[in-house]
Amino acid sequence: MSDTHSETVAYVRETMLPQATPPASEVGAIKWLRENLFSGVLNTILTLVGIAAVVWLVQAALPWFLHGVWNANSLPECRQIIAETWGEGAHGACWAVIRERWNQFLFGFYPSDLYWRPVLALALFFAAVAPVLFTELPRKLLWGSAFYPAVAYILLWGGSLWVPISVMAGFGVGWLGLVAARRTNLPLLGPLAAVLLPLIWWLFLAGPVAGMLEDIIPLGVEEVRSDKFGGFVLSLTIGIAAIVLSLPLGIVLALGRRSDMLLVKALSVGFIEFIRGVPLITLLFTASLLLNYFLPPGTNFDIILRVIIMVTLFAAAYIAEVIRGGLAALPRGQYEAADSLGLDYWKAMQLIVLPQALKISIPGIVSTFIGLFKDTTLVIFVGLLDPLKGITDAVRAAIEWKGVYWEPFIFVGAIFFVFNFGMSRYSMYLENKLKRDHR
Amino acid sequence: MKNTVFLGTLAAAGLAAGFVSAATLDDVKARGELNCGVNTGLVGFAAPDANGNWSGFDVAICKAVAAAVLGDASKVKYVPTTGQTRFTALASGEVDILSRNTTWTFSRDADLKFTFIGVNYYDGQGFMVNKALGVTSAKELDGATVCIQTGTTTELNLADFFKVNNMTYSPVTIETNAEGEQQFLAGACDAYTTDASGLAATRAAFANPEDYVILPEIISKEPLGPLVRHGDDQWADITRWAMNALIAAEEYGVTSANIEELSKGTENPEINRLLGAGEDNLGAMIGLEKDWGKKAIVGAGGNYGEIFAATIGESTPIGLARGLNAQWTQGGLLYTPPFR
Repeated sequence: MSDTHSETVAYVRETMLPQATPPASEVGAIKWLRENLFSGVLNTILTLVGIAAVVWLVQAALPWFLHGVWNANSLPECRQIIAETWGEGAHGACWAVIRERWNQFLFGFYPSDLYWRPVLALALFFAAVAPVLFTELPRKLLWGSAFYPAVAYILLWGGSLWVPISVMAGFGVGWLGLVAARRTNLPLLGPLAAVLLPLIWWLFLAGPVAGMLEDIIPLGVEEVRSDKFGGFVLSLTIGIAAIVLSLPLGIVLALGRRSDMLLVKALSVGFIEFIRGVPLITLLFTASLLLNYFLPPGTNFDIILRVIIMVTLFAAAYIAEVIRGGLAALPRGQYEAADSLGLDYWKAMQLIVLPQALKISIPGIVSTFIGLFKDTTLVIFVGLLDPLKGITDAVRAAIEWKGVYWEPFIFVGAIFFVFNFGMSRYSMYLENKLKRDHR
Repeated sequence: MKNTVFLGTLAAAGLAAGFVSAATLDDVKARGELNCGVNTGLVGFAAPDANGNWSGFDVAICKAVAAAVLGDASKVKYVPTTGQTRFTALASGEVDILSRNTTWTFSRDADLKFTFIGVNYYDGQGFMVNKALGVTSAKELDGATVCIQTGTTTELNLADFFKVNNMTYSPVTIETNAEGEQQFLAGACDAYTTDASGLAATRAAFANPEDYVILPEIISKEPLGPLVRHGDDQWADITRWAMNALIAAEEYGVTSANIEELSKGTENPEINRLLGAGEDNLGAMIGLEKDWGKKAIVGAGGNYGEIFAATIGESTPIGLARGLNAQWTQGGLLYTPPFR
């Protein structure tokens, strides 16, 4: 073997060559550019067109941003400052409108000395959802989360403390009913008591009891009525309430749609298809206009509550379909495995099916939530002042700010982006954490 | 109003079913607050300031009524309404009076079952063009592109005007006034059409207002006024005469400056009756205090002329001339029946 080469080649190098640097076209930025931007004729053309578009956009928009004015009392003053600083005919943003009216974009007409209340409500919301979102936190914190709705209600609307307390007591009544019914050994009485007793409490007793307690021990904070809500306080109130309520409702609807019981299935299918079949604006108009005709005159059915209900129902129908997709994606074996373990329906769903189905559905659920949050701007059509159009138009109606166009849109859009991007990142975190693929 | 979101709703639904409220006056007094439907935002007519306090030409009517009925012009809950929700808000009782630059038409009066209590602003549709276009009359707009808000009476007026004058146009439909301004400034349309008051306000906000002209032709009648529901004549009387009090005050020279002086009694019996300074008690006839007229004028911030000057008049950036909205003695259309 040792003299193989002696017959085929005259010379074989016996020492290693020193390593040379790779050719310039195969390393660093140039390689990256060649591979990613100029790898073919079509890609080269697309790259050049893309660069041209970016350059044109920056050229058109950058001066406008750079010439921005923060300190002015009106649009004409802004224009004057821009003309003085950058010469006649220069364009510039008038951010002064944001500086002057930022509080209305964020809080609507909420009394300015009470701004801390919605802010605290939002901060507490993050504290309350933390144990739900991050499983590392102690489970006992969930009890705190359960009381958050009452706390948020008091912070946002104010009024008598006894009202939310007496509403929350309804759940206690239901639980007591359940416990009492269990002692009787009648199988149907438990669920029946758990549903009916709180309903009776809420419909007939909660109001008078709250009023009575208020008379005995007056306890409350300054009331803020719904017509003071606007801007992001309104958007977040509707958005968060609808998100929190629509998820459980959506899960129930999804399970109902896959149920073997004809009535449950028919009701679920009918509800989902009806809600998905009509535009959200139709539902909002129903909430705002049609209900007024059906309810007796003088009925004071809070408009924000009506909108929250409608948005919740709307989102729940979409969530239900997203979750149904997750349920359908589970292999049949999972259901059969649960059955063979002797688990009943609820246990099987709770321990085996839903955790997996929900995990699959996360991207879809979060998409629906993001869409829902952005849809809250549609409430302008029922006369509520949403941040995007309602407050913007109200601000533009002031003579000093008439004529501003892009600045409010950019400001509001940026805030929406922060919230939605946050939701999106959380969903990615959750997907990674729950990844159980054996790759 | 102590009722809350969660409970009041359902409980009230059951209780209130019994009595249908015909007496709006009693409702307002019991509530201690006037629910007034206004525009979500229209320059000069209705706009909230940085602290959320509403002001404007239409808002003054709300204040006058609240002051006349409740004695306090600040006891108003302003309900912002859109073009779609305004009539339902009034019909359903969500608002007691709608003061939202609404054109008085036959069908709205008769078919929608509302009562227009008068006209507080005579408007009409006009055109604005770029001066560089060299157009001096709307009749020269043949073949022009026109920016027009969809779903409004202005859209129909425009079609009628061009048809009558045997001209053609291509519409550029827009959704809101702000969008229309952008389109017009960007040159997407040759002419922009809306109510003349709106054109003036829009032009005033341009960076170079002198580059644009408002054409002389007014192609439609737009009598804008406040309205209430059919079926409560007492309430209609109260609101109608609260507005008339503002107009009469201007006619008789009653201003926010001299009203205190005049309300002590004057030689003019008409002023005495208006301000409740004389023997006659007009207030009792409509279920109000004797000095209701004085309260209305003070609450609204002065007489009609003063309100006009402060909100949309020539001294404001909007700069509207009185025109048709001058007193009948000055060649305008404002003419209030006598206070007798």
